[in-house]
Amino acid sequence: MSPSVHPWRAGLLLVQRDLRLGLRRPGEWLQPLVFFFVVLTLFPLSTDLLSRLTDIAPGALWVAALLSSLLALELLFREDGQDGSLEQLAVSGLPLSWLLLAKTCVHWLLTGLPLVLAAPLVVMAYGAPSRAVPGVMAALLLGSVALSLIGAVGAGLTLGLRRGGVLLALLVLPLAVPVLIFGARATALAIALEPMAAPMYLLAAIAVLSATLAPLAAAAAVRISLE
Amino acid sequence: MDWTWFHRLGSPPHFYRIAGQWVPWFAWLAALTAIAGLIGGLGLAPPDYQQGEGYRIIYVHVPAAVLSTMAYAVMAVGAGVGLIWRMNVAHAVAASCAAIGASFTVVALVTGSLWGKPMWGTYWAWDPRLTSELVLLFLYLGYMGLRGAIDDRARADRASAVLALVGVINLPIIHYSVDWWNSLHQGHTLLKFGKASLPPSMEIPLLLMMLSFTFYFGAIMLIRARGEVLRRERNARWIAEAAGAEAAGAEAAGATR
Repeated sequence: MSPSVHPWRAGLLLVQRDLRLGLRRPGEWLQPLVFFFVVLTLFPLSTDLLSRLTDIAPGALWVAALLSSLLALELLFREDGQDGSLEQLAVSGLPLSWLLLAKTCVHWLLTGLPLVLAAPLVVMAYGAPSRAVPGVMAALLLGSVALSLIGAVGAGLTLGLRRGGVLLALLVLPLAVPVLIFGARATALAIALEPMAAPMYLLAAIAVLSATLAPLAAAAAVRISLE
Repeated sequence: MDWTWFHRLGSPPHFYRIAGQWVPWFAWLAALTAIAGLIGGLGLAPPDYQQGEGYRIIYVHVPAAVLSTMAYAVMAVGAGVGLIWRMNVAHAVAASCAAIGASFTVVALVTGSLWGKPMWGTYWAWDPRLTSELVLLFLYLGYMGLRGAIDDRARADRASAVLALVGVINLPIIHYSVDWWNSLHQGHTLLKFGKASLPPSMEIPLLLMMLSFTFYFGAIMLIRARGEVLRRERNARWIAEAAGAEAAGAEAAGATR
């Protein structure tokens, strides 16, 4: 079957459709953001060292971002898997990895970008200097892109499983270790107002590598799950 | 190049038979090298001038750690072959590697922490090797969890194969990132066995133990893979024939005795 739509156009249409659907249900993509703030509230409450809050800020920020992106992942394919849209994409004759990349981009726009935009609040609340804000946001930008892409593979593998949620965490979190390490390091350097190029390059490398390979793996995973 | 041997291995009866022939060889080689390695390592090798007798745990720890990654490599190769050529036997091999690899990982972690207490003064240090070994354990557990969660076997095979391949690309990245993370933290300055040159009286038993663990892994993996093949093919005719042949063989052996 030859597709009548050019892949570029199909990707663009899919982005528009998913954005429209997502924006009509603000509750869904606001939940991970609220969860992000809740986790970040728990960290100061769980320590006595309020004077050293800035020290735990990078770790807290990245653990919260990781958990929040994990929570959001269930939204990525669930709806489309249930109503058969995903199956239609798989049999459309268009490259599924490309279409899933488009879907993952929208997912990041709705659940990853809000975290990046919320980062200045976190920086202030944890007592870090406001000059650290651009660096922290840049690190979180690259990191959240990588997390969404890596997560898409896990979401594809656990699509339609009964105990999907906990399993998804077990599958994705070990793979996210490098993102956590470089992201937290870049954030720590940004807060200390030191040059942060080295971890940023590595974070960017991970983001590019996941953008290249993760959609292929996610497409294979989705096809297997739909069989 | 002639690839018929490869395609023949993909046939379950052939694999079942060949694996059955290999298991005793692997098992005996494992036992013999283990006896030699343990005598050499625990008896003949001199005590270390710094660590005394305590270093002897490396004769279990190092082979277990090496095999924990080797099992992952075998699992990933099996998964890749199974995914590309749709070879059921390769999936059976991959599936039987996971639990063994996870056990080796646990053994490496436990022996490492037992050794760490007298040597570093702590059971656990956030050393890069320990940390990546722990992440490896989580990868194994995720693989096994995914297999367990999917009822349909063909889907479980292929989904877990994708996960194993994603993991194998990620493992070096995880390893190097943890390495990098640790070098920034300036943790313990460790004795690195890999870099220190061991005298032959210590090194030969270690190599023997590594060989032994490898053969042991081969034997256990083939036994598990045979079981897995049997479970998959339980309705096939060749199983009844193989079982009949084995029973006849056992009877003949009983009669001659």
